[in-house]
Amino acid sequence: MNRLLEVENLGVNFKTYGGEVKAVRNVSFHVDKGEIVAIVGESGSGKSVTVQTVMGLIPKPPAIINSGKVLFEGKDLMTLSKKQLKKVNGSKMSMVFQDPMTSLNPTMKIGHQIAEVLIVHKNLSKAEARKKAIEMIKLVGIPNAEERYDQYPHEFSGGMRQRAMISIALACSPELLIADEPTTALDVTIQAQVLELMKDLKTKINTAIILITHDLGVVAETAERVIVMYAGMIMETSSVDAIFNNPKHPYTWGLLESIPDITTSSEKQRLIPIEGTPPDLFSPPIGCPFAPRCKYAMEICVNQMPPDFEIDEGHTAKCWLNDPRSLGAEEILELRGRGREREASTN
Amino acid sequence: MYILKRLGAMLLTIWIIATLTFMVMKFIPGDPFATDADVYPEDVLQNLRAAYNLDKPVPVQYFLYMKDLITLNLGTSIVSDTRTVNSIIGSGFVASATVGLLAMVVAIVFGVLLGIVAALNHNKAIDYVSMVIAIIGISIPNFILAPLLIKIFAVDLSLLPVASWGSWKHAILPALALSTTPLAIVARYTRSSMLDVLNQNYMKTADAKGLSTYRIVLQHGIRNAILPVITFIGPLFVSLITGTFVIEKIFAIPGIGRYFVDSIFNRDYPVIMGTTVFYSVILVVILFLIDLSYRFIDPRIKLTSKEG
Repeated sequence: MNRLLEVENLGVNFKTYGGEVKAVRNVSFHVDKGEIVAIVGESGSGKSVTVQTVMGLIPKPPAIINSGKVLFEGKDLMTLSKKQLKKVNGSKMSMVFQDPMTSLNPTMKIGHQIAEVLIVHKNLSKAEARKKAIEMIKLVGIPNAEERYDQYPHEFSGGMRQRAMISIALACSPELLIADEPTTALDVTIQAQVLELMKDLKTKINTAIILITHDLGVVAETAERVIVMYAGMIMETSSVDAIFNNPKHPYTWGLLESIPDITTSSEKQRLIPIEGTPPDLFSPPIGCPFAPRCKYAMEICVNQMPPDFEIDEGHTAKCWLNDPRSLGAEEILELRGRGREREASTN
Repeated sequence: MYILKRLGAMLLTIWIIATLTFMVMKFIPGDPFATDADVYPEDVLQNLRAAYNLDKPVPVQYFLYMKDLITLNLGTSIVSDTRTVNSIIGSGFVASATVGLLAMVVAIVFGVLLGIVAALNHNKAIDYVSMVIAIIGISIPNFILAPLLIKIFAVDLSLLPVASWGSWKHAILPALALSTTPLAIVARYTRSSMLDVLNQNYMKTADAKGLSTYRIVLQHGIRNAILPVITFIGPLFVSLITGTFVIEKIFAIPGIGRYFVDSIFNRDYPVIMGTTVFYSVILVVILFLIDLSYRFIDPRIKLTSKEG
């Protein structure tokens, strides 16, 4: 097994005037070398906090990391000094942010923003860094690389800026690239191009990618494994196949159902939302955080936190339905399927 | 093209200022020889007025003055009739500018430094201490600070001369006294604009790139945070190098500020006009240079005239 990143039992709280927000609770996952892992979940589910903690970018205070280890190539990043962490960041592990319009320094030439990483981490001379940076600009598919090197971010379009961000992140050929909703701020055609580019570069540089998104379409297209987060916890984790074909958590079902279907026969097909709102993270419920919104919630769901049930190798779901004593997810899915058929026939 | 248009506008501004000053000056009751009226006989006064063209109608005086102004001849002082206004400004400006520039350098270097340190330690003890220093700097007037500095550094410690003008040592105390208020203001501007920049996404990017704190602040922070500070520095620079009456009086510096105030009391028309026009020329030129500097600091700012 080629473990690159292993997060164990991570817990992050935020101190606010209203009390402590439990943003991330008991999160454990791993990323192998060269694989693409997607983290999905709605806003406020702790996706970004998790990865920013991994990068050591979370501001402390207000954040408090109350438990957990982040093992990167076997080293615990939590125990490293800030200086040691700075050697990892940007060279072995790097990040692409959500909004390319604001994530680049507006008063620095694009080329210099790429070259800078090379100068700092690879000890290249200015001229060497420039050469390598121009190569990187070409690599991410920006035409006229040499001319573009001397331009400022405001002379780039949104998609081009995200390409530039990616070239900064990949300049040192990192082992791990964390992409925090890299396509959310881009329009759809550019989204596809950027995702294609990331997949393409992944095979060229063999970088592992953590892809944060709330777009399941993006997940299906790019990822190999999926982690579903809700209210700061991991609800289900599995391969992409299993998430779409054999999901075992009602929250995952909700997410899948809420994807708009363009092939629907009836014209007035409504979008199917997940009813309700996420729990208050100041004092999260003792039971399953999804129970109040879950159509299949049982008594035990409210009173007791479900453990991670192992469905298959690499597929776990935090839901009591998977306990052998319950009715079981299989049956419920089947019932649901029949219900939908009936609905369709009456329409 | 932009620069040409800008130069035209600058000339126009200076002309308007000169005209307005001329008019306001003529509205002040009295004339340079009002106090001499009891001493000299009437025909002597007539001759004096004629020597300075004061016997002619005001529009003619205005026309004659403008003609001189174009040839950069600012006339002769009425009160000390051996000195031309050009030489008064020339000698006064050197002293004023020396003190002003020194004060300016102190204010900017320490103000920006203090502001950055405060911003980086936001809501910590260092932040509070720097801002208390800044508040003190703004609230203590320099005419109180100046005697205090003289008492400590000149009288008690005998390190520096008490007053007057001569070597570079004479410039230190007045420059210090002059610098505190702008220093404090620069520190506050820098702090708030730096705090704003530190919260920007690109600073997080810089952090994620694994750059050193030094590099993050110097290369990514300051250049983005300095614009509001520069906007403030422009007019400040002008008011400092053209002399300040109070400080020049306290330290007995033969600067331009003293002539400016004295000339108004004496109705010394050529000196009033000369110093005002000189002041406005410097102001207009500095503001122009500052606008040009924006372009180099922030590439998003384009200097174009409306048509271009």
